[in-house]
Amino acid sequence: MFSLESFLDVQLVWFALIVTALFLYVLLDGFDLGVGILFPFAPSDECRDRMMNSIAPFWDGNETWLVLSGGGLFAAFPLAYAILMPALYMPVILMLLGLIFRGVAFEFRFKAVKSRFIWDYAFHFGSIVAAFMQGVFLGAFVRGIHVEGRSFAGQPFDWLNAYSFMTGVALLFGYALLGSTWLMMKTDGITGDWARKCASYVLGYVGVFMAIVSISMPVMNEGVRELWFTLPNFYYLVPVPIVTAALIILIWRDLHRGCENRPFFFSIGVFLMGYLGLGISLWPWLVPFAVTFRQAAAAASSQSFLLVGTLVILPVILTYVGYCYYIFRGKVSHEGYY
Amino acid sequence: MHSIVLILSTLVKSFSGDSQAMIENLDSVLLSRIQFAFTLSFHIFFPAFTIGLASWLAVLEWRLLATGNTVYGVIYRMWVKIFAVTFGMGVVSGVVMSFQFGTNWSVFADKAGNILGPLLGYEVLTSFFLEASFLGIMLFGWNRVDRRIHFAATVIVAAGTLISAFWILSANSWMQTPRGFRIGENGLLYPTDWMQIVFNPSFPFRFVHMVTAAYLTTAFAAGGVGAFYLLRGRHVREGRVILGMAMIMAVFVAPLQLLFGDLHGLNTFSNQPAKVAAIEGLWETRRGAPLILFGWPDQAEEKTKYAVEIPKLSSLILTHDFNGEVRGLKEWPKDQRPPVLWVFWSFRAMVGLGTLMILTGLTALVLYIRKRLFDVRWFQYWCMAMIPAGFAAVLAGWFVTEIGRQPYIIQGVMRTTEAVSPVKALPIAISLGAFILTYAVVFGAGSYYIMKLIRKGPETEAEVYGSHGVKEPPLITGIVSEKE
Repeated sequence: MFSLESFLDVQLVWFALIVTALFLYVLLDGFDLGVGILFPFAPSDECRDRMMNSIAPFWDGNETWLVLSGGGLFAAFPLAYAILMPALYMPVILMLLGLIFRGVAFEFRFKAVKSRFIWDYAFHFGSIVAAFMQGVFLGAFVRGIHVEGRSFAGQPFDWLNAYSFMTGVALLFGYALLGSTWLMMKTDGITGDWARKCASYVLGYVGVFMAIVSISMPVMNEGVRELWFTLPNFYYLVPVPIVTAALIILIWRDLHRGCENRPFFFSIGVFLMGYLGLGISLWPWLVPFAVTFRQAAAAASSQSFLLVGTLVILPVILTYVGYCYYIFRGKVSHEGYY
Repeated sequence: MHSIVLILSTLVKSFSGDSQAMIENLDSVLLSRIQFAFTLSFHIFFPAFTIGLASWLAVLEWRLLATGNTVYGVIYRMWVKIFAVTFGMGVVSGVVMSFQFGTNWSVFADKAGNILGPLLGYEVLTSFFLEASFLGIMLFGWNRVDRRIHFAATVIVAAGTLISAFWILSANSWMQTPRGFRIGENGLLYPTDWMQIVFNPSFPFRFVHMVTAAYLTTAFAAGGVGAFYLLRGRHVREGRVILGMAMIMAVFVAPLQLLFGDLHGLNTFSNQPAKVAAIEGLWETRRGAPLILFGWPDQAEEKTKYAVEIPKLSSLILTHDFNGEVRGLKEWPKDQRPPVLWVFWSFRAMVGLGTLMILTGLTALVLYIRKRLFDVRWFQYWCMAMIPAGFAAVLAGWFVTEIGRQPYIIQGVMRTTEAVSPVKALPIAISLGAFILTYAVVFGAGSYYIMKLIRKGPETEAEVYGSHGVKEPPLITGIVSEKE
């Protein structure tokens, strides 16, 4: 049977691909969920139109990275998919419902006249629910999943606790930071100024929550503590929090100096550092702390079959996704495109 | 288009012969089946419509570029808005499907992941990104890209819908006619031949049948709208083009679908004879089997009551021999029979609607020859009545194929009852309720906005530009200096 195993660590490649796809999802849908989180607080309806126009051509493509993360997990690590989805049953369903309401709001809002406010709220609360639930995944994930044999063996509400609630709120602020810095880049005038205020308001919260998560993880888990606080690991890993802090300071300075584009990319940097820190702490678990990515891996032939196509297609995808962002570059107006 | 896995009836308990295996996890299984059937039935409307609509939009834009006739552009701009609404609903209900394999059928996901995972992975990679990215250009790119690039974007989106259909129907067909795999000692399925998996025996037939069905669905939905304009005497120019194009499909494609469906049926007869026995309502194996036109299959009494039959026709259709042998349901133990009533009647609904489509095409042809296609009022009413025909036929067809596969989730390999997640009944009941509520709201609002777009009708040239906030046709110089 066809396999690339002999000259490539296919399992590791797939792990890297899925981690990357998920990160792209968090970034890309992060900024448009963030726009949804901030939506009703904008100063006027015209601002809201502008906010919507800034993400309307992209949201669908952004959400596709979530489908790729989920589909890729199913394809490459079916065991992890089969354990995590039942374990996170309720938050997954709630996230999906949130995504439904915010997704249809894009189209319905442009068509509605009198009922537009309903879809504005559907967009807002849909975004909040989806973002919060994704934060809850994070909390539930780092607390560990109860597994027996090849299935989830915990209770329906295992995912719900103070910690996961906290990470849910944390991600709301994180996405709001991405959303507001995105708006600074894509809009000007009143909307741009307001986005700048939002960004400086949420930035502090983002810093605080990142500190809480960073400190709590080694406190809660001995393995994580050993990983970070033994020598020489400590020296290799200590740049992660330092760079994060530096980036937050840079964003703060830019916000007060009038830079329009840089804060968005620095915010991406903050997310990258946070993600990196989590990744290091949770390595090599795919279902913490029960199943590693190697244990969850699909058959070599399955992973190889999909990998061949992925390596060809993914660069093409990245090219045309980039092309679409290029076409819709620059500041947006409040008028409908079509 | 995630038309995968089982659709199962809400009344599965009373109609299924599968009760014995359902003792454990009864409630979770039943609720998960209802939830999956509900979310899938809801979802399938949108792909069925968007596959056809995307291709039609590509044809319209091609005609626009080739002839320069603005009527095609006006129609395009009206339907692209409807496409956007439909596609949006299709995307969000589709994301739900991609997670439900894990949330509700995790044992299935674990065991069959080696095979179905890559097929769905390829669907995301080769289709979803394509559709999602170029849809942005299609909808919002009018003033930003060259018209040929815009046309290319439309064609790419149309191709994306077909590629998506390719993979998802391959996955579904593999569950109907699994090939190219082995069962490992741990109970997991392992691939042995990817060509056999992707191009499994029922796949080519199902793919052609479904894509054709999608085209017909769109043709009849759009044609009815065209007839509506003609009836009202509004947008007459556009109405004639819409109805004319729809009737071309009805004349040429509807009869072809009968042929494709027949070939698909013969393929099922050799691969899934129990499903065909349920379709036919046939309990006893016999030579010279009659075709039961109507009747009431009774699962418990193992017979079809009140049957109206045509002698020997079933044998003739299925074996091309008046005395060919057709196997009846009693060939299989009770716990391996699908819920007959549902399969039997869904099939008749599908075929009945298909027949009406063919008759509509023939009528249109006669009217066209008499040069009266666009001014016969009763035919316009008839076309409006046929708007839901394609949707109903697609749904009925999926009921036949999915319920007909029961009690298996993978034909002959894995039972649906063995596939369910270790999730308690209560959370599933809550999520099912939430889905029903959400979809009712979303579907209601979506239908309302589509109706609104249809009532408003295509905009004339001047209005089209006006609605963009651009008072005159966009020019390159105008775009460069465009300010907020």
